[in-house]
Amino acid sequence: MKINNREREILEILEKDARFTAADISKMTGLNEENVQAMIDKLEEARVLVHYTSLVDWSKVEDDQRVTAMIDVKVTPKRGVGFHETADRISRFSEVSSVYLMSGAYDLSVTVEGKSMNEVARFVSEKLSVLEEVISTTTHFQLKKYKHDGRMFEEKQTDSRIVVSP
Amino acid sequence: MIETKSYIAKSVELMRPSGIRKFFDLAAGMEGVISLGVGEPDFVTSWSAREAAISSLERGLTSYTANAGLLELREAIADYTSSRFSVSYDAKEEIILTVGASQALDLALRAIIDPGDEVVVVEPCFVSYAPLVELAGGKTVTIEATSDQQFKLQADALREAITSKTKALLLCSPNNPTGAQLDKADLEAIAQIVKQHDLLVIADEIYAELAYDIPHTSIASLEGMRERTILINGFSKGFAMTGWRLGFICAPVELAAAMLKIHQYAMMCASTPAQYAALEALKTGMKDVEDMKKDYRRRRNYIVQSFNDMGLDCHTPGGAFYVFPSIQSTGLTSEKFAEELLKAERVAVVPGSVFGRSGEGFIRCSYASSMEQLQEAVRRIQRFINQ
Repeated sequence: MKINNREREILEILEKDARFTAADISKMTGLNEENVQAMIDKLEEARVLVHYTSLVDWSKVEDDQRVTAMIDVKVTPKRGVGFHETADRISRFSEVSSVYLMSGAYDLSVTVEGKSMNEVARFVSEKLSVLEEVISTTTHFQLKKYKHDGRMFEEKQTDSRIVVSP
Repeated sequence: MIETKSYIAKSVELMRPSGIRKFFDLAAGMEGVISLGVGEPDFVTSWSAREAAISSLERGLTSYTANAGLLELREAIADYTSSRFSVSYDAKEEIILTVGASQALDLALRAIIDPGDEVVVVEPCFVSYAPLVELAGGKTVTIEATSDQQFKLQADALREAITSKTKALLLCSPNNPTGAQLDKADLEAIAQIVKQHDLLVIADEIYAELAYDIPHTSIASLEGMRERTILINGFSKGFAMTGWRLGFICAPVELAAAMLKIHQYAMMCASTPAQYAALEALKTGMKDVEDMKKDYRRRRNYIVQSFNDMGLDCHTPGGAFYVFPSIQSTGLTSEKFAEELLKAERVAVVPGSVFGRSGEGFIRCSYASSMEQLQEAVRRIQRFINQ
Protein backbone atom coordinates (compact mmCIF):
# COMPACT_ATOMS: atom_id res chain seq x y z
CA MET A 1 0.00 0.00 0.00
CA LYS A 2 1.32 3.43 -0.93
CA ILE A 3 0.83 5.99 1.84
CA ASN A 4 1.34 9.75 1.80
CA ASN A 5 3.34 11.87 4.24
CA ARG A 6 0.30 12.73 6.31
CA GLU A 7 -0.62 9.09 6.76
CA ARG A 8 2.98 8.31 7.66
CA GLU A 9 2.89 11.09 10.27
CA ILE A 10 -0.29 9.59 11.80
CA LEU A 11 1.31 6.13 11.94
CA GLU A 12 4.41 7.53 13.64
CA ILE A 13 2.32 9.37 16.23
CA LEU A 14 0.16 6.33 17.04
CA GLU A 15 3.15 4.00 17.12
CA LYS A 16 4.60 6.18 19.90
CA ASP A 17 1.39 6.33 21.91
CA ALA A 18 -1.84 4.73 20.77
CA ARG A 19 -3.90 6.78 23.21
CA PHE A 20 -3.80 9.94 21.09
CA THR A 21 -7.30 10.65 19.83
CA ALA A 22 -8.14 11.90 16.36
CA ALA A 23 -8.70 15.31 17.99
CA ASP A 24 -5.18 15.30 19.49
CA ILE A 25 -3.62 14.20 16.21
CA SER A 26 -5.57 16.87 14.40
CA LYS A 27 -3.95 19.53 16.60
CA MET A 28 -0.52 17.95 16.29
CA THR A 29 -0.59 17.86 12.51
CA GLY A 30 -2.83 20.74 11.51
CA LEU A 31 -5.15 18.36 9.61
CA ASN A 32 -8.82 18.52 10.42
CA GLU A 33 -10.26 15.91 12.73
CA GLU A 34 -12.56 14.24 10.20
CA ASN A 35 -9.64 13.79 7.80
CA VAL A 36 -7.51 12.26 10.52
CA GLN A 37 -10.29 9.84 11.44
CA ALA A 38 -10.81 8.89 7.81
CA MET A 39 -7.11 8.18 7.38
CA ILE A 40 -7.02 6.08 10.55
CA ASP A 41 -10.05 4.11 9.33
CA LYS A 42 -8.40 3.52 5.98
CA LEU A 43 -5.13 2.38 7.59
CA GLU A 44 -7.03 0.04 9.90
CA GLU A 45 -9.04 -1.32 7.00
CA ALA A 46 -5.82 -2.08 5.11
CA ARG A 47 -4.38 -3.63 8.29
CA VAL A 48 -1.40 -1.27 8.20
CA LEU A 49 -2.66 -0.20 11.60
CA VAL A 50 -3.14 -3.67 13.04
CA HIS A 51 -3.92 -3.35 16.73
CA TYR A 52 -3.52 -1.10 19.79
CA THR A 53 -2.06 -2.56 22.98
CA SER A 54 -0.40 -1.61 26.26
CA LEU A 55 3.04 -2.60 27.39
CA VAL A 56 2.54 -4.27 30.79
CA ASP A 57 5.30 -5.31 33.16
CA TRP A 58 3.70 -8.41 34.69
CA SER A 59 6.82 -9.14 36.72
CA LYS A 60 5.77 -6.34 39.06
CA VAL A 61 2.40 -7.97 39.74
CA GLU A 62 2.32 -10.19 42.81
CA ASP A 63 1.50 -13.89 42.31
CA ASP A 64 1.93 -13.64 38.59
CA GLN A 65 4.44 -16.31 37.63
CA ARG A 66 4.07 -16.16 33.85
CA VAL A 67 7.05 -17.14 31.75
CA THR A 68 8.09 -16.34 28.22
CA ALA A 69 10.17 -18.62 26.02
CA MET A 70 11.77 -17.95 22.67
CA ILE A 71 12.00 -21.12 20.62
CA ASP A 72 14.28 -21.61 17.62
CA VAL A 73 12.46 -23.92 15.25
CA LYS A 74 13.95 -25.74 12.25
CA VAL A 75 11.35 -26.57 9.65
CA THR A 76 11.25 -28.52 6.39
CA PRO A 77 9.91 -26.10 3.78
CA LYS A 78 7.12 -27.40 1.57
CA ARG A 79 7.02 -27.23 -2.20
CA GLY A 80 4.92 -24.31 -3.35
CA VAL A 81 4.29 -22.72 0.06
CA GLY A 82 7.79 -22.66 1.59
CA PHE A 83 7.59 -21.93 5.30
CA HIS A 84 4.28 -20.10 5.20
CA GLU A 85 1.96 -23.00 5.85
CA THR A 86 3.90 -24.22 8.89
CA ALA A 87 4.34 -20.68 10.22
CA ASP A 88 0.61 -20.16 9.84
CA ARG A 89 -0.22 -23.37 11.70
CA ILE A 90 2.12 -22.46 14.56
CA SER A 91 0.74 -18.91 14.72
CA ARG A 92 -2.78 -20.16 15.33
CA PHE A 93 -1.97 -21.56 18.80
CA SER A 94 -3.15 -19.09 21.44
CA GLU A 95 0.00 -19.82 23.49
CA VAL A 96 2.12 -18.35 20.70
CA SER A 97 2.57 -14.58 20.86
CA SER A 98 4.90 -14.08 17.90
CA VAL A 99 6.30 -15.99 14.94
CA TYR A 100 9.10 -14.67 12.73
CA LEU A 101 10.86 -16.23 9.76
CA MET A 102 14.59 -15.79 10.35
CA SER A 103 17.79 -15.87 8.37
CA GLY A 104 20.62 -17.93 9.88
CA ALA A 105 20.91 -21.19 11.79
CA TYR A 106 17.19 -21.91 12.18
CA ASP A 107 14.00 -20.96 10.38
CA LEU A 108 11.26 -19.77 12.70
CA SER A 109 11.58 -17.81 15.91
CA VAL A 110 8.50 -18.55 18.01
CA THR A 111 7.63 -16.75 21.23
CA VAL A 112 5.46 -18.69 23.64
CA GLU A 113 3.90 -17.45 26.84
CA GLY A 114 2.63 -19.68 29.62
CA LYS A 115 1.65 -19.65 33.26
CA SER A 116 4.66 -21.76 34.19
CA MET A 117 7.76 -23.42 32.72
CA ASN A 118 5.87 -26.71 32.79
CA GLU A 119 3.09 -25.35 30.69
CA VAL A 120 5.52 -24.04 28.07
CA ALA A 121 7.47 -27.30 28.12
CA ARG A 122 4.25 -29.23 27.54
CA PHE A 123 3.33 -26.97 24.64
CA VAL A 124 6.71 -27.53 22.99
CA SER A 125 6.73 -31.27 23.41
CA GLU A 126 3.07 -31.98 22.73
CA LYS A 127 2.05 -29.35 20.20
CA LEU A 128 5.09 -27.85 18.50
CA SER A 129 7.69 -30.56 18.04
CA VAL A 130 5.13 -33.15 16.96
CA LEU A 131 4.27 -31.16 13.83
CA GLU A 132 5.38 -33.15 10.84
CA GLU A 133 7.41 -30.30 9.28
CA VAL A 134 9.25 -29.41 12.48
CA ILE A 135 12.76 -30.88 12.47
CA SER A 136 13.99 -29.58 15.81
CA THR A 137 13.31 -27.02 18.54
CA THR A 138 15.62 -25.17 20.96
CA THR A 139 13.81 -23.47 23.82
CA HIS A 140 15.21 -20.39 25.63
CA PHE A 141 13.39 -19.06 28.67
CA GLN A 142 13.52 -15.30 29.29
CA LEU A 143 14.90 -14.53 32.75
CA LYS A 144 14.24 -10.81 32.90
CA LYS A 145 12.93 -8.14 30.55
CA TYR A 146 15.02 -4.98 30.34
CA LYS A 147 13.65 -3.30 27.26
CA HIS A 148 10.69 -4.06 25.02
CA ASP A 149 9.29 -2.17 22.05
CA GLY A 150 11.68 0.72 22.60
CA ARG A 151 10.87 1.12 26.28
CA MET A 152 13.12 0.47 29.28
CA PHE A 153 11.26 -1.38 32.03
CA GLU A 154 13.08 0.04 35.02
CA GLU A 155 14.03 3.51 33.91
CA LYS A 156 11.69 6.16 35.25
CA GLN A 157 12.20 9.49 33.54
CA THR A 158 12.30 12.23 36.12
CA ASP A 159 12.54 15.82 35.00
CA SER A 160 15.66 17.23 36.62
CA ARG A 161 15.59 20.54 34.77
CA ILE A 162 15.33 23.77 36.74
CA VAL A 163 11.75 25.00 36.67
CA VAL A 164 12.32 28.32 34.93
CA SER A 165 15.39 29.10 32.82
CA PRO A 166 16.26 31.66 30.16
CA MET B 1 33.79 46.46 59.53
CA ILE B 2 34.40 47.01 55.85
CA GLU B 3 31.76 48.10 53.37
CA THR B 4 31.87 44.93 51.28
CA LYS B 5 29.41 46.33 48.81
CA SER B 6 31.64 49.26 48.00
CA TYR B 7 34.13 46.91 46.34
CA ILE B 8 31.65 45.84 43.68
CA ALA B 9 32.25 47.32 40.24
CA LYS B 10 29.77 50.02 39.23
CA SER B 11 28.93 48.24 36.00
CA VAL B 12 27.90 45.13 37.94
CA GLU B 13 26.15 47.09 40.66
CA LEU B 14 23.97 48.75 38.02
CA MET B 15 23.13 45.52 36.24
CA ARG B 16 19.48 44.60 36.67
CA PRO B 17 18.78 41.06 37.87
CA SER B 18 17.03 38.95 35.23
CA GLY B 19 13.22 39.02 35.44
CA ILE B 20 13.33 35.26 35.06
CA ARG B 21 14.86 34.91 38.50
CA LYS B 22 11.68 36.06 40.20
CA PHE B 23 9.61 33.33 38.55
CA PHE B 24 12.20 30.76 39.33
CA ASP B 25 11.97 31.69 43.02
CA LEU B 26 8.17 31.66 42.95
CA ALA B 27 7.89 28.31 41.18
CA ALA B 28 10.77 26.54 42.89
CA GLY B 29 8.98 26.21 46.21
CA MET B 30 5.75 24.81 44.77
CA GLU B 31 4.64 21.21 44.40
CA GLY B 32 3.00 19.83 41.26
CA VAL B 33 4.07 22.64 38.97
CA ILE B 34 3.95 22.00 35.23
CA SER B 35 6.62 24.17 33.76
CA LEU B 36 6.44 25.72 30.34
CA GLY B 37 9.19 28.03 31.55
CA VAL B 38 12.14 25.86 30.71
CA GLY B 39 14.64 26.98 28.10
CA GLU B 40 16.15 23.57 27.42
CA PRO B 41 15.12 20.28 25.80
CA ASP B 42 13.22 17.67 27.81
CA PHE B 43 15.19 15.01 25.95
CA VAL B 44 18.29 13.49 27.47
CA THR B 45 21.50 13.54 25.42
CA SER B 46 21.61 10.52 23.09
CA TRP B 47 23.19 7.45 24.63
CA SER B 48 25.88 7.22 21.95
CA ALA B 49 27.13 10.70 22.85
CA ARG B 50 26.99 9.94 26.58
CA GLU B 51 28.74 6.63 25.96
CA ALA B 52 31.51 8.38 23.99
CA ALA B 53 32.15 10.70 26.94
CA ILE B 54 32.23 7.79 29.38
CA SER B 55 34.65 5.94 27.11
CA SER B 56 36.90 9.02 26.85
CA LEU B 57 37.06 9.10 30.65
CA GLU B 58 37.84 5.38 30.78
CA ARG B 59 40.71 5.94 28.37
CA GLY B 60 42.01 8.70 30.62
CA LEU B 61 41.49 11.57 28.17
CA THR B 62 41.23 14.13 30.95
CA SER B 63 43.79 16.77 29.99
CA TYR B 64 43.31 20.17 28.31
CA THR B 65 42.62 20.23 24.61
CA ALA B 66 44.05 22.86 22.26
CA ASN B 67 42.69 26.31 23.16
CA ALA B 68 40.36 26.23 20.18
CA GLY B 69 39.26 22.67 20.99
CA LEU B 70 40.01 19.19 19.61
CA LEU B 71 41.08 19.51 15.99
CA GLU B 72 39.05 16.43 15.07
CA LEU B 73 35.93 18.09 16.47
CA ARG B 74 36.68 21.37 14.66
CA GLU B 75 37.02 19.41 11.44
CA ALA B 76 33.69 17.72 12.09
CA ILE B 77 32.13 21.15 12.73
CA ALA B 78 33.63 22.49 9.48
CA ASP B 79 31.98 19.61 7.60
CA TYR B 80 28.75 20.18 9.49
CA THR B 81 28.45 23.92 8.77
CA SER B 82 29.33 23.47 5.11
CA SER B 83 26.99 20.56 4.45
CA ARG B 84 24.15 21.79 6.64
CA PHE B 85 24.31 25.58 6.33
CA SER B 86 26.35 26.08 3.15
CA VAL B 87 29.13 28.10 4.73
CA SER B 88 32.71 26.85 4.98
CA TYR B 89 35.30 27.54 7.65
CA ASP B 90 38.89 26.48 8.09
CA ALA B 91 39.00 24.02 10.99
CA LYS B 92 42.49 25.09 12.02
CA GLU B 93 42.00 28.85 12.17
CA GLU B 94 38.35 29.81 12.04
CA ILE B 95 36.54 27.62 14.57
CA ILE B 96 36.65 27.84 18.38
CA LEU B 97 34.92 25.53 20.85
CA THR B 98 33.43 27.50 23.74
CA VAL B 99 31.72 26.89 27.06
CA GLY B 100 28.22 27.04 25.66
CA ALA B 101 26.97 29.52 23.10
CA SER B 102 26.81 31.97 26.05
CA GLN B 103 30.59 32.17 26.29
CA ALA B 104 30.77 32.44 22.52
CA LEU B 105 28.55 35.50 22.74
CA ASP B 106 30.71 37.01 25.46
CA LEU B 107 33.88 36.38 23.42
CA ALA B 108 32.41 37.91 20.29
CA LEU B 109 31.30 41.06 22.08
CA ARG B 110 34.53 41.53 24.01
CA ALA B 111 36.60 41.01 20.89
CA ILE B 112 34.90 43.74 18.86
CA ILE B 113 33.68 46.42 21.28
CA ASP B 114 35.62 49.58 22.02
CA PRO B 115 34.20 51.88 24.70
CA GLY B 116 31.10 53.61 23.40
CA ASP B 117 30.54 51.30 20.44
CA GLU B 118 26.91 50.51 19.79
CA VAL B 119 25.45 47.06 19.25
CA VAL B 120 21.94 46.77 17.85
CA VAL B 121 19.78 44.11 19.47
CA VAL B 122 16.26 43.11 18.48
CA GLU B 123 13.79 42.73 21.34
CA PRO B 124 12.14 40.55 22.52
CA CYS B 125 15.45 38.75 22.92
CA PHE B 126 17.49 36.45 25.10
CA VAL B 127 18.04 38.06 28.52
CA SER B 128 21.86 38.04 28.32
CA TYR B 129 22.34 40.23 25.27
CA ALA B 130 22.18 43.71 26.80
CA PRO B 131 24.13 42.85 29.99
CA LEU B 132 26.92 41.23 27.97
CA VAL B 133 27.16 44.18 25.58
CA GLU B 134 27.41 46.52 28.53
CA LEU B 135 29.97 44.40 30.39
CA ALA B 136 32.10 44.59 27.27
CA GLY B 137 31.90 48.39 27.47
CA GLY B 138 29.43 48.84 24.66
CA LYS B 139 26.04 50.45 24.40
CA THR B 140 22.91 48.53 23.48
CA VAL B 141 20.60 50.07 20.92
CA THR B 142 17.24 48.35 20.96
CA ILE B 143 14.89 47.69 18.08
CA GLU B 144 11.44 46.58 19.15
CA ALA B 145 10.11 43.86 16.90
CA THR B 146 6.34 43.60 17.02
CA SER B 147 3.75 40.88 16.80
CA ASP B 148 2.15 42.23 13.62
CA GLN B 149 5.50 41.54 11.91
CA GLN B 150 5.64 38.17 13.67
CA PHE B 151 8.51 39.56 15.73
CA LYS B 152 10.83 39.63 12.73
CA LEU B 153 13.39 42.41 12.35
CA GLN B 154 12.28 44.84 9.66
CA ALA B 155 14.83 46.43 7.34
CA ASP B 156 13.47 49.97 7.94
CA ALA B 157 13.74 49.63 11.69
CA LEU B 158 17.33 48.49 11.32
CA ARG B 159 18.21 51.43 9.08
CA GLU B 160 16.80 53.84 11.66
CA ALA B 161 18.72 52.29 14.54
CA ILE B 162 22.12 52.60 12.90
CA THR B 163 24.34 55.53 13.94
CA SER B 164 27.97 56.41 13.27
CA LYS B 165 28.86 54.46 16.42
CA THR B 166 27.14 51.23 15.42
CA LYS B 167 29.56 48.36 15.21
CA ALA B 168 27.44 45.27 15.05
CA LEU B 169 23.98 43.77 14.80
CA LEU B 170 23.21 40.93 17.19
CA LEU B 171 20.71 38.63 15.55
CA CYS B 172 19.03 35.46 16.83
CA SER B 173 17.10 33.21 14.45
CA PRO B 174 15.25 30.99 15.16
CA ASN B 175 14.51 33.21 18.11
CA ASN B 176 14.31 32.82 21.85
CA PRO B 177 11.71 33.85 23.13
CA THR B 178 9.40 34.27 20.11
CA GLY B 179 10.36 31.29 17.93
CA ALA B 180 10.45 33.68 14.95
CA GLN B 181 12.56 32.45 12.06
CA LEU B 182 14.06 34.79 9.48
CA ASP B 183 13.87 33.32 6.00
CA LYS B 184 16.31 33.94 3.20
CA ALA B 185 14.47 37.00 1.88
CA ASP B 186 14.31 38.58 5.37
CA LEU B 187 18.03 37.98 5.80
CA GLU B 188 18.91 39.31 2.32
CA ALA B 189 17.23 42.61 3.18
CA ILE B 190 19.09 42.82 6.49
CA ALA B 191 22.41 41.81 4.92
CA GLN B 192 22.15 44.57 2.35
CA ILE B 193 21.89 47.24 5.05
CA VAL B 194 24.65 45.62 7.08
CA LYS B 195 26.97 45.76 4.08
CA GLN B 196 25.93 49.31 3.21
CA HIS B 197 26.84 50.52 6.70
CA ASP B 198 29.87 48.30 6.98
CA LEU B 199 28.69 46.50 10.13
CA LEU B 200 29.40 43.11 11.63
CA VAL B 201 26.70 40.58 12.44
CA ILE B 202 26.86 38.39 15.51
CA ALA B 203 24.54 35.58 14.47
CA ASP B 204 23.21 33.56 17.39
CA GLU B 205 22.07 30.44 15.56
CA ILE B 206 21.88 28.09 18.54
CA TYR B 207 18.36 27.00 17.45
CA ALA B 208 19.39 26.39 13.82
CA GLU B 209 18.62 22.66 13.99
CA LEU B 210 15.12 23.36 15.26
CA ALA B 211 13.46 24.83 12.18
CA TYR B 212 10.21 23.09 11.35
CA ASP B 213 8.75 24.31 8.10
CA ILE B 214 11.61 25.63 6.01
CA PRO B 215 15.30 24.84 6.52
CA HIS B 216 17.39 27.31 8.48
CA THR B 217 19.33 29.89 6.49
CA SER B 218 22.53 31.18 8.05
CA ILE B 219 23.17 34.83 7.36
CA ALA B 220 26.85 33.91 6.93
CA SER B 221 25.93 31.90 3.83
CA LEU B 222 24.65 34.99 1.97
CA GLU B 223 26.86 36.71 -0.54
CA GLY B 224 29.49 38.93 1.03
CA MET B 225 28.37 38.08 4.56
CA ARG B 226 30.83 35.39 5.60
CA GLU B 227 33.55 38.01 6.05
CA ARG B 228 31.37 40.14 8.32
CA THR B 229 29.64 37.48 10.40
CA ILE B 230 30.57 35.91 13.71
CA LEU B 231 28.55 32.72 13.66
CA ILE B 232 27.55 31.26 17.01
CA ASN B 233 26.10 27.81 17.39
CA GLY B 234 26.44 24.87 19.76
CA PHE B 235 25.20 21.51 20.91
CA SER B 236 22.79 22.55 23.67
CA LYS B 237 19.46 22.79 21.89
CA GLY B 238 19.44 20.67 18.73
CA PHE B 239 21.53 17.89 20.25
CA ALA B 240 19.95 18.13 23.73
CA MET B 241 23.29 18.77 25.45
CA THR B 242 22.66 21.86 27.59
CA GLY B 243 24.45 20.64 30.71
CA TRP B 244 27.63 19.77 28.83
CA ARG B 245 28.19 23.46 28.12
CA LEU B 246 29.58 23.26 24.63
CA GLY B 247 29.15 25.86 21.92
CA PHE B 248 31.24 27.04 19.03
CA ILE B 249 32.18 30.12 17.06
CA CYS B 250 32.94 30.28 13.37
CA ALA B 251 34.45 33.53 12.13
CA PRO B 252 36.91 34.88 9.55
CA VAL B 253 40.50 34.24 10.56
CA GLU B 254 41.38 37.70 12.00
CA LEU B 255 38.25 37.81 14.15
CA ALA B 256 38.71 34.21 15.25
CA ALA B 257 42.31 34.96 16.25
CA ALA B 258 41.16 37.96 18.32
CA MET B 259 38.56 35.86 20.13
CA LEU B 260 41.01 33.03 20.66
CA LYS B 261 43.35 35.50 22.41
CA ILE B 262 40.67 36.21 25.02
CA HIS B 263 39.61 32.58 25.19
CA GLN B 264 43.12 31.28 25.94
CA TYR B 265 43.48 33.65 28.89
CA ALA B 266 39.95 33.54 30.25
CA MET B 267 38.97 29.93 29.66
CA MET B 268 41.91 27.84 28.35
CA CYS B 269 39.56 25.46 26.56
CA ALA B 270 36.11 23.93 26.72
CA SER B 271 35.52 20.77 28.75
CA THR B 272 37.32 17.76 27.26
CA PRO B 273 34.72 15.00 27.91
CA ALA B 274 32.04 17.28 26.45
CA GLN B 275 34.10 17.64 23.28
CA TYR B 276 34.33 13.86 22.85
CA ALA B 277 30.57 13.58 23.37
CA ALA B 278 29.94 16.29 20.77
CA LEU B 279 32.24 14.61 18.27
CA GLU B 280 30.16 11.44 18.53
CA ALA B 281 26.93 13.45 18.32
CA LEU B 282 28.06 14.96 15.01
CA LYS B 283 29.19 11.59 13.66
CA THR B 284 26.17 9.48 14.55
CA GLY B 285 23.57 11.69 16.23
CA MET B 286 21.79 13.38 13.33
CA LYS B 287 19.05 10.73 13.36
CA ASP B 288 18.35 11.59 17.02
CA VAL B 289 18.21 15.28 16.13
CA GLU B 290 15.68 14.53 13.39
CA ASP B 291 13.55 12.41 15.75
CA MET B 292 13.47 15.14 18.39
CA LYS B 293 12.62 17.69 15.76
CA LYS B 294 9.64 15.64 14.60
CA ASP B 295 8.36 15.52 18.18
CA TYR B 296 8.86 19.26 18.74
CA ARG B 297 7.02 20.02 15.53
CA ARG B 298 3.95 18.03 16.64
CA ARG B 299 4.00 19.71 20.03
CA ARG B 300 4.34 23.14 18.45
CA ASN B 301 1.31 22.53 16.25
CA TYR B 302 -0.63 21.21 19.22
CA ILE B 303 0.10 24.12 21.52
CA VAL B 304 -0.39 26.84 18.89
CA GLN B 305 -3.78 25.38 17.99
CA SER B 306 -4.72 25.04 21.66
CA PHE B 307 -3.89 28.67 22.45
CA ASN B 308 -5.84 29.93 19.45
CA ASP B 309 -8.78 27.70 20.40
CA MET B 310 -8.92 29.27 23.87
CA GLY B 311 -8.82 32.76 22.42
CA LEU B 312 -5.18 33.63 23.06
CA ASP B 313 -3.79 34.77 19.69
CA CYS B 314 -0.71 32.80 18.82
CA HIS B 315 1.05 32.73 15.46
CA THR B 316 2.94 29.63 14.39
CA PRO B 317 6.62 30.25 14.93
CA GLY B 318 9.05 28.65 12.48
CA GLY B 319 11.61 27.39 14.96
CA ALA B 320 13.15 26.96 18.45
CA PHE B 321 10.82 25.44 21.05
CA TYR B 322 8.87 28.47 22.19
CA VAL B 323 5.52 29.95 21.37
CA PHE B 324 4.72 33.53 22.26
CA PRO B 325 0.95 33.90 22.59
CA SER B 326 -0.73 37.21 23.30
CA ILE B 327 -2.54 37.47 26.63
CA GLN B 328 -3.87 40.98 25.93
CA SER B 329 -7.47 39.73 25.73
CA THR B 330 -7.32 38.92 29.45
CA GLY B 331 -6.62 42.55 30.36
CA LEU B 332 -3.69 41.47 32.54
CA THR B 333 -0.05 42.48 32.18
CA SER B 334 2.33 39.65 31.25
CA GLU B 335 3.80 39.60 34.69
CA LYS B 336 0.44 39.57 36.44
CA PHE B 337 -0.84 36.84 34.11
CA ALA B 338 2.21 34.64 34.75
CA GLU B 339 2.04 35.20 38.48
CA GLU B 340 -1.70 34.53 38.80
CA LEU B 341 -1.49 31.49 36.53
CA LEU B 342 1.29 30.03 38.62
CA LYS B 343 -0.56 30.63 41.88
CA ALA B 344 -3.99 29.48 40.70
CA GLU B 345 -3.14 26.57 38.40
CA ARG B 346 0.53 25.85 39.00
CA VAL B 347 1.63 26.32 35.44
CA ALA B 348 4.90 28.23 35.07
CA VAL B 349 5.37 30.46 32.03
CA VAL B 350 7.70 33.42 31.53
CA PRO B 351 6.23 36.91 31.10
CA GLY B 352 7.15 38.33 27.69
CA SER B 353 8.19 41.59 29.30
CA VAL B 354 11.38 40.08 30.74
CA PHE B 355 12.66 39.80 27.14
CA GLY B 356 12.14 43.49 26.39
CA ARG B 357 9.42 46.10 26.32
CA SER B 358 7.81 44.84 23.14
CA GLY B 359 7.31 41.47 24.84
CA GLU B 360 4.70 43.06 27.12
CA GLY B 361 1.27 41.53 26.52
CA PHE B 362 2.77 38.15 25.65
CA ILE B 363 4.02 35.09 27.50
CA ARG B 364 6.79 32.69 26.52
CA CYS B 365 5.73 29.05 26.67
CA SER B 366 8.29 26.38 26.02
CA TYR B 367 6.98 23.19 24.45
CA ALA B 368 10.06 21.21 25.41
CA SER B 369 7.80 18.98 27.54
CA SER B 370 6.04 15.70 26.88
CA MET B 371 2.67 15.78 25.09
CA GLU B 372 1.05 14.55 28.32
CA GLN B 373 2.44 17.55 30.21
CA LEU B 374 1.41 19.92 27.46
CA GLN B 375 -2.12 18.54 27.41
CA GLU B 376 -2.43 18.99 31.17
CA ALA B 377 -0.93 22.50 30.96
CA VAL B 378 -3.45 23.43 28.26
CA ARG B 379 -6.35 22.16 30.45
CA ARG B 380 -5.11 24.25 33.37
CA ILE B 381 -4.56 27.42 31.34
CA GLN B 382 -8.03 27.02 29.81
CA ARG B 383 -9.52 26.76 33.33
CA PHE B 384 -7.56 29.84 34.40
CA ILE B 385 -8.82 31.86 31.44
CA ASN B 386 -12.42 30.81 32.02
CA GLN B 387 -12.43 32.23 35.51
